[in-house]
Amino acid sequence: MANINYQSTLKSSINKSIRDRLPTISYKTQRKILLFSFLIVPLLLLCVFTLYPALQLFYLSFTYWDGFSPTKDWVGFSNYRDIFINPEMFSVFKTSLYYLGGGLLQLFLALYFAVLLNSKIRARNVFKSILFMPYIMNSVAIALIFTIFFSPEGTLNTILSLVGLDSLQHSWLGNSNLVNYALASTSIWRHMGLSLIIFLGVLQSIPKEIYEAAKIDGSSGWNTFRYITLPSIKKVFELNLILTVSGAISVFEIPFIMTKGANDSMTFVISTVDTAFKYSNFGLASAMSVILLLIVGTITLGQRLLLKERD
Amino acid sequence: MKGNIKQISWNLTKYISLLIGAIVVLIPPLVVLFSSFKTKIEYLNTDKLSLPDSFLNFENYKVVFEQGNLDVAFKNTAIILVISLIGNVIIGSCVAYALGRFDFKLKKVILGAYLVAIMIPSITTQVSTYGIITNLGVNNTLFAPILLYLGADVLMIYIYLQFIESIPKELDEAAMIEGASYFTIFTKVIFPLLAPATSTVIIIKAIAIYNDFYIPFLYIPSEELSVVSTVAYKFMGPFGGEWNVICAGVIMIIIPTIVLFLVLQRFVYSGMTNGSVK
Repeated sequence: MANINYQSTLKSSINKSIRDRLPTISYKTQRKILLFSFLIVPLLLLCVFTLYPALQLFYLSFTYWDGFSPTKDWVGFSNYRDIFINPEMFSVFKTSLYYLGGGLLQLFLALYFAVLLNSKIRARNVFKSILFMPYIMNSVAIALIFTIFFSPEGTLNTILSLVGLDSLQHSWLGNSNLVNYALASTSIWRHMGLSLIIFLGVLQSIPKEIYEAAKIDGSSGWNTFRYITLPSIKKVFELNLILTVSGAISVFEIPFIMTKGANDSMTFVISTVDTAFKYSNFGLASAMSVILLLIVGTITLGQRLLLKERD
Repeated sequence: MKGNIKQISWNLTKYISLLIGAIVVLIPPLVVLFSSFKTKIEYLNTDKLSLPDSFLNFENYKVVFEQGNLDVAFKNTAIILVISLIGNVIIGSCVAYALGRFDFKLKKVILGAYLVAIMIPSITTQVSTYGIITNLGVNNTLFAPILLYLGADVLMIYIYLQFIESIPKELDEAAMIEGASYFTIFTKVIFPLLAPATSTVIIIKAIAIYNDFYIPFLYIPSEELSVVSTVAYKFMGPFGGEWNVICAGVIMIIIPTIVLFLVLQRFVYSGMTNGSVK
């Protein structure tokens, strides 16, 4: 039957599109074909490049492997033991604290600017574009821009001497007491715009009438912020907070390009990359990755569960 | 009167804060822009904030374009971007249609797999992904970043899945009554209505891919496969002592994105807002 229809369609017109011909296949069969053809490639990609690597990581973390040789020696928990008895590892986690602090500061700055841009203000779009712009800039370009900014003869020191604060001039990236502040502030500079736009989007979705009603009732600016604005952005703020925490632990590009992890600016991901690709110790690097994966995974899972509970 | 003073000082605070914010954002790249027009001697002998002698001194741009491999980098970046973006749109919309409109045995399992995937940041799995890419024989080819941009990030699935929920199922049913096949419903009804999700996915992914350093740095190290990020990273080698030339390179790399951003501003903002509140 399907065959006859098929032929008659072909005969009727060669210009007729494929859709005139397909309905002759039952919806049940169509469904099977569609589900298979729409899902097979995406699922293959998902398995090969996300799920399998994660599982493989656990296996590799129990082996000694140089990345090339066909044999991987099973070493049990010794990679994990090496990580936990290595004092350098703790300093790497300490470095994340700078980015964590920077990330929190960035969120509050973003919220502050979002509230400003949501109020009656001239040249709103100009300010908004400028403040967001760093986010769309290439990460390596940003790292180079700030290498100049923080260099001994650089922009920051020039500004300091212009305002008569020569005594505050430093080799920002060369001083291990300052380098992480410099790098974390670069990170704030880069990411603040994104948080700002996200907050602003939520603020703009609050109906104007609510604010007007509050004004008529004589609510002060601070109370309006406290009781109307804050509750409505709570959820997005939490989401951003989670991203900040996992971002702080997995920071890579900016310190890698600007200092290569020198002067105590080593981060967990730089250290992992070095362990694998510089020192060819894939087993140890896998164990480090597993730890990072567990931390970030737990944070994300915790946040999801929290959100679900409340809905 | 008292309220008035309060109002005025709040207004003043607002503008001063925004001005300071704008200056802090603009100064670092502006200094780089100034430096890109300076000669080497000028760069070394003037302070960073001073304007160049001439804004028409394009010598550094010429040097960086001729010796910096930028043409190759732009070409490779464009190839990777176009293929990855098309792939992301196809994969995202197809999976969303299959999972959002049909009930079948494995659906829960697949949704669960994507849920697990979103909790695995690709930066954590690179140590083992590297082995997979090598075994597939695509290491140091443009396929490596393309495959990873398609397979190692599942954000687009979520954006599409969330959006397809808002398209009424009655539209599908109406099309079925007229005898349209599922495939026709997808291409003629669903996909066009998914346009906002498509623009969100394109914008978020384009920014992420253009700015990504990690994947190209690991997987396509060879010179002729340079992309914008890796070519910029290599500036520090040959032009190590000539920061004025590096500055020209930096400006050339950020100009295309800034221009595109200014043109597409509205879409970029809505893309960022839609993509984040998943």
